[in-house]
Amino acid sequence: MANKTAYERVTAARSPKKMTTDELISGLISNFFELHGDRSDGDDQAVIGGVGRLNDQPITVVGIRKGTDTEENIKRHFGSPEPEGYRKALRLMKQAEKFHRPILALVNTPGAWPDVDAEYHGIGSAIAQCLQVGMQLRVPYISIIVGEGGSGGAIALACGDRVFMFEDSIYSVLSPEGYASIMWKDSAKVKEAAEALKLTPEWLLKTGIIDQIIHEYHSGDDLEPLRDFLANQFNELKNLPVDELMRQRHNRYRKF
Amino acid sequence: MLQSRFKMPSREELKKRMDNIPDNIMKECPVCHSTFFSMRAGKQRTCPNCGFGFRITAKRRAKITFDSFEELDSDVTVPKQYTDEKYMAKVAKAKKVTGIKESVLTGIGTLAKMKVAVGIMDPFFVMGSLGSATGEKIVRLFERATRDQLPVVMFTASGGARMQEGINSLMQMAKVSQAVEAHSKAGLFYLVVLCDPTTGGVTASFAMQGDIILAESHALVGFAGRRVIEQTIMKQPPKDFQRAETVIQHGFIDAIVPRSDMKKTLTNLLSLHTKENANGE
Ligand SMILES: [Zn+2]
Repeated sequence: MANKTAYERVTAARSPKKMTTDELISGLISNFFELHGDRSDGDDQAVIGGVGRLNDQPITVVGIRKGTDTEENIKRHFGSPEPEGYRKALRLMKQAEKFHRPILALVNTPGAWPDVDAEYHGIGSAIAQCLQVGMQLRVPYISIIVGEGGSGGAIALACGDRVFMFEDSIYSVLSPEGYASIMWKDSAKVKEAAEALKLTPEWLLKTGIIDQIIHEYHSGDDLEPLRDFLANQFNELKNLPVDELMRQRHNRYRKF
Repeated sequence: MLQSRFKMPSREELKKRMDNIPDNIMKECPVCHSTFFSMRAGKQRTCPNCGFGFRITAKRRAKITFDSFEELDSDVTVPKQYTDEKYMAKVAKAKKVTGIKESVLTGIGTLAKMKVAVGIMDPFFVMGSLGSATGEKIVRLFERATRDQLPVVMFTASGGARMQEGINSLMQMAKVSQAVEAHSKAGLFYLVVLCDPTTGGVTASFAMQGDIILAESHALVGFAGRRVIEQTIMKQPPKDFQRAETVIQHGFIDAIVPRSDMKKTLTNLLSLHTKENANGE
């Protein structure tokens, strides 16, 4: 897989055949119970959240998800959350802290939803809160970039103790299309943009943006190895005194 | 004889005069579209008709806002790892225009004898974009303010992420956010002034994290770019949908303050948050 070009990686990350956020949740979490709404304005379908168990451990899961068909994609804005989605995620993450549950965040988004209502409802403020409050939650917090990790809409839920990426995933400051149009006024130069953005898991691992690359799973695969891997990671973090956990998280981001 | 009466000015003198010539003798206000002699914009650079504050350099803003200002970390600049020629040329030009080495000017200012940690973003430095060194300077400012128990006043003006620095620009959002939160947890006051334009990753982080968020009149404040939104909804967004006057109606700004009142307003709000005025513990 490592011999894919950056652009091939972009295509693979966006492939409709990729395992969805929902499939990952059902394969990883037993007794998952979905919790809806931001307690203020609405229930953004692009963000799923809930509680369940990872092996034996109670856990809170939040995830940004694309749809599997046109109807779902329209409801979920192709995986682009509205402010209500980020506020729902943050609400559930704060609840996780209250009950000392670790947090797993699954990210698959080209970016936050860019429309007029999202602006009116404070999309910038919602992401800013995820960063300011979410980053300081005193429970273990792991993020996985599942497919696309685009821009501020991705980092909002990708600022935990550890950040992992699937083999076929990308993480960048902007989509390659957006980059090409801003830098070269030519949105057709997507391949060059993908290279320039250095958005592959290999590169991001090398530069310390992420901590590990996760083997790619497909629909129907047994997720037991991934489940065990994540349970181990959470255990390592749980064994740290909370102040040490917070110190390490702080240092992780202070170095950038 | 003639020569001595019309002495050629020195090269330096000529250059100095050049620098003092405003770009345009006439100015047009982008908000009310009135035209006027540039001089009438005054030291504060505001529209004499509607009060709109034109974009100004960070250095000028420091001068017109604070009684005194002592710069910090003036040598922190774009890291050496970035070598792209076009980018370096942009940075070199920005340094010349703004007189600073990154898109934010940081320092310790005073207002009515109150000491305050100050950050001022410069819209003329690569569009005020959030580079790694921008983030670094802001974090150091918050760390210093936390250590010395100072309030922070931050003037934001930014086109958002620094594309040329890729994912490292994105990481600054997280890096700065945790410094803001540490300052907040220490019980210290953080005041934001949203200036024209505040967008993208700056809006989605420290611009929206203030205890009090002010905006200059008519400042553009938003997350996504107008063009991106236009392409998404396939029609023109409302004309002023990202103006401070609209954003305040949706509840994300505490007050809009014209530039001419800024100094007075900051002084008042800072004095309300001094230790002497706190009740009990
Ligand atoms: Zn005007």
